[in-house]
Amino acid sequence: MALDKNQIELDLKSALSEIANTKNFDSLKQVKIDHLGDKSPLARANQSLGSLDAKDRSDFGKFIGDARSQVNEAFRKKTEELESERDVQVLQTERVDVTLAKPRTLEGGLHPLTILTNEISDLFIGLGYNVAEGPELESEWLNFDALNIPADHPARSMQDTFFIEPLEAKLVLRTHTSPVQIRTMLTQKPPIYVICPGKTYRADELDATHTPVFHQVEGLVVDENITMADLKGTLDYFAKSIFGNDVKTRLRPSFFPFTEPSAEVDIFFNGRWIEWGGCGMVNEKVLIACGVDVKKFSGFAFGMGLERTLMVKHGITDMHDIVEGDVRFSQSFGVGKK
Amino acid sequence: MKLPLSWVKEFVNLPAKITAEQISQAFTRVGFEVESIEYQGQDLKGPLVVGKVLSIEELTEHKKPIRYVGLDVGSGKKRFVICGARNFKVNDLVVVAIPGAVLPGNFVISSRQTYGKLSDGMICSAKELGISEEHAGIIVLPEGKIGCDAIKLLEITDVIFDIAVNPDRGYAMSIRGLARELAGSLKCKFIDPAELVKNSKLKSLNSAKAITVKIEDKTGADQIFIRTVENVNAKRQTPIWMQRRIEKCGMRSISLAVDITNYVMLELGQPLHAFDAAVINGGLKVSRANKFTKLTTLDKVERKLQPDNLVICDSNSVLALAGTMGGLASEVTHETKRIALEAAHFNPSSVAKNSRFHKLSSEASRRIERNTDPALTEIASGRAAALLIELADAKYVGSSSAGIAIKKRKVKISIESISKLIGKSYSIKQVRDALLLIGCKVMGKGAVLNIEVPTWRPDLESSADFAEEIARLTGYEVIPLTLPVGKAGAKLSDMQIRRRQVATSLANQGFTEVINYPFVSQELIDLLGFTGDRAKSFRLLNPMSEDAPLLRTHLIPGLLTTLGRNLSRGAKDLAIFEIGTVFRNTAKTIKGQSPETNKRPSAKTIQEIFASVPKQMLFVAGVVSGEKLKSTWQGEGSKFDWSDAVSKVIEIITATGNNFEIANCELAPWHPGRCAEFKVDGKVVAHAGEIHPRVLAELNLPERSCAFAVILSELPVSKVIKPSKILSMPAVVQDVALVVESHVSASELEHSLKIGAGDLLESINLFDRYDRIGAGKISLAFTLTFRASDRTLTSDEVAKYRDQAIEQAKKDVGAVPRV
Repeated sequence: MALDKNQIELDLKSALSEIANTKNFDSLKQVKIDHLGDKSPLARANQSLGSLDAKDRSDFGKFIGDARSQVNEAFRKKTEELESERDVQVLQTERVDVTLAKPRTLEGGLHPLTILTNEISDLFIGLGYNVAEGPELESEWLNFDALNIPADHPARSMQDTFFIEPLEAKLVLRTHTSPVQIRTMLTQKPPIYVICPGKTYRADELDATHTPVFHQVEGLVVDENITMADLKGTLDYFAKSIFGNDVKTRLRPSFFPFTEPSAEVDIFFNGRWIEWGGCGMVNEKVLIACGVDVKKFSGFAFGMGLERTLMVKHGITDMHDIVEGDVRFSQSFGVGKK
Repeated sequence: MKLPLSWVKEFVNLPAKITAEQISQAFTRVGFEVESIEYQGQDLKGPLVVGKVLSIEELTEHKKPIRYVGLDVGSGKKRFVICGARNFKVNDLVVVAIPGAVLPGNFVISSRQTYGKLSDGMICSAKELGISEEHAGIIVLPEGKIGCDAIKLLEITDVIFDIAVNPDRGYAMSIRGLARELAGSLKCKFIDPAELVKNSKLKSLNSAKAITVKIEDKTGADQIFIRTVENVNAKRQTPIWMQRRIEKCGMRSISLAVDITNYVMLELGQPLHAFDAAVINGGLKVSRANKFTKLTTLDKVERKLQPDNLVICDSNSVLALAGTMGGLASEVTHETKRIALEAAHFNPSSVAKNSRFHKLSSEASRRIERNTDPALTEIASGRAAALLIELADAKYVGSSSAGIAIKKRKVKISIESISKLIGKSYSIKQVRDALLLIGCKVMGKGAVLNIEVPTWRPDLESSADFAEEIARLTGYEVIPLTLPVGKAGAKLSDMQIRRRQVATSLANQGFTEVINYPFVSQELIDLLGFTGDRAKSFRLLNPMSEDAPLLRTHLIPGLLTTLGRNLSRGAKDLAIFEIGTVFRNTAKTIKGQSPETNKRPSAKTIQEIFASVPKQMLFVAGVVSGEKLKSTWQGEGSKFDWSDAVSKVIEIITATGNNFEIANCELAPWHPGRCAEFKVDGKVVAHAGEIHPRVLAELNLPERSCAFAVILSELPVSKVIKPSKILSMPAVVQDVALVVESHVSASELEHSLKIGAGDLLESINLFDRYDRIGAGKISLAFTLTFRASDRTLTSDEVAKYRDQAIEQAKKDVGAVPRV
């Protein structure tokens, strides 16, 4: 068979044009047989190279090779093009309505009092305080006497106490977490830096702002040269950490048997002064009852209601929501929303 | 303590333009919280005049008796008004609102036709004028000029502050004390009402005839003053000014003699009691009740006395519960001619005991419990005697007193120690000024001041007590802010970390945390079937409600109650948990210790105190009900079952780094066939499973609800984890299916297989359970995965291990391969 460059060019054109016009994989398959297969014009031309003399063979060989690689390249591109079109179509048919998806498992959540306790614990750990805990059913001596609240003092009736039968056991449900402070001072030597979060009890009827079972966090520092200025600075730092940097704090003179001087701490939040907790310099009588050397050490203490803190911070208006265990309440806080 | 502005003004030179709000802030600044401010007469508009009753016509044809009253109101013309009250007669002086007047509540008075008559005004009660709650009848005035302005006469327009007085400030339960504080806060001049009392003017008629007094029990009182007056006209009425002040302070006007004692108490802070001296046999004594067993008090209650009650008695009987309430027998009546006025400095805790034992809290006892000024006994009794002379025509007989001389307490105060405690340096002048304001005498000008403490401030003892006075009077706001930082290495304890991890993990797995009250009823404990230690509860002496007087021994009762509450509010699928303390009354009650607090108790006593407090375990427990995987458009969900509760416990125990043993057990309140017991180091630490169907039915909770409970505080703290080397050679897997008696547990069989399979067994996993074989047998199928550290295992070698495993299971639990 004689080779003709014009014919080869025609074959090339025809191959390229057929490839270009191919619309689907079926015709692509045919095009491959027609123009790239063993029986395709260019393949045949290639096969007949052997009959040429050396010079022509080289010349035609190059010419045909060139043409075939053009066809190969066009075919490769077309294949890619069609595959990509097919992929788009296939994925399109697999489209879903993503808004259908919802968690099928239950929504959980921590009680916000737990979240708040953790937040406060972490912030005081950052200040070098440990977190001290103690029993809720507590000895009267630790809950009252050691805190300079003698049996017949009116301060003892300031706190409506739950007593346990029999009275001789001298056991109460602790009315504050202060007995933890006493336990700490009886078992550790100063310097002492602790906070005491926990459950506390007073015989108040449940209403919008009171609950007989509530939570407190108290702080106690006993060290050399501890002053009321230290107390003020610590409470201001505490308040800003919980309520934000815009909050202001103030101390107001007050009375607690276990502190002297004593104060109420108020915060200015959302445009008004709100009573937040009590505080003061630890009364010497309390330090003495715990064996602390009052010539060397002084201390401060403070205490806040966590329910109250939570209500102020989050604008909760009804205590019932906090105590009733309705899952919707805790769920709105997730596992640690601020 | 209620404080009328008009009264306090007598003793404090207030700036002319000061507002009630500013006064309130001045009190707050020095530690006296103003709980409310009442503006009396603010919404009252005249004309309100004094009228004399000229005639009374009874109108009887109506549902209730009505009076048509003719009045002289000073206008020359007789004015007629309709009146429903009946507590007045012709010639009485009454308060008349003339048409045009406006009473509180925007009640406009006009002439109107009623009960068939023209009513041209109104005769007023105290309540209608907004000056007291008294509405039993209209006001009958003891005095007053006809036609004069009753608003002025009754001193209606006033501001009344309700002030919270802290228990350490007994002196401030008086106009005297509060006036001093107000003057101190505002830096105004203060006149001490006690210094205005001039007892030297009391000339005794015949001291020998005065009632005598003795203190028999020196622990009960250290000062008592008895002043006797005679020729008392007890029928005289209390003057309006005195009545009104007593009412403004929240008390009621009773009779002239009683009103005088109350008035002096309000003004000075010293409780007084007036006895009808004719009833006293011999002299008065301060003593314990001892052999006397009964006293009928002024409130007409017959009280059974305790032998240690502090009383005032004569030789025959108890006349008063000291400092608390007088006796009815010696009450001053209209017939009384001789009065013995008592003023004493009682022991606060004795009176507190009286008051608590008899559940009788009086104006007197509230003051004495907070401690009174011993120097006032002489002054206040003299003041009251003078008022009886002035207002009831009495004649002074004389006085008798007992007790010890009043000590002028002296202390030394170092300004440096005060500055050191507060964290601000105070000048000598600041300290002096503050101490003078509270009534101290200050001597010396150096860094250490000699101070004479006023008799009304027994609370001022230590340097810190004085520091508080100086800090509050110079203002807490000037104290700087400093932030001390504690010890390096502060961190959560292992148990605190565990508690957080368990809570967070449960919350992340769809459990919601609740915090229940720990109060339960015996009925609920019985219903749940708790026995043994879990039925031994502590009982509250004074529970909130008799329905729940016990402390919880377990968390499940509270969780089931909360589950019910959520279901009743429409929830269907629930998983809730609680981490909390339980209280079990399992140890013998130890008598509580009350060592002295003036020094650290001995190590032994401290141990005894700690030991007297029962051990309280920390639990985590949860209940689940409904679907754990919700039914949706994707298909049916799946429900919680016993295995969810059991696997929750496995997760919790494993997360704490502990190994456990699990076995079936029968324990209320769980289903007897569906309860797992977990042991760690041989100790029972948890239970889980389905709640007993009977319990669920009785509590009206959904069938198949499940629960778990783990004693967090009993789980050992994990040792440091030492993981095994991760092997990279290929694993070879072998499945075995074995038939066993149905009572053989999966864990027993698994245990045998593990032992038999040898050291190269990497894991074992139960993948099938078939219980329809019959003849009391079941089939359990396991996948055994083997892996060696140094070579690829051949199937022959692995088959050998598998056969050894089956052999072991055959030996231990009679397992045979399933064919």
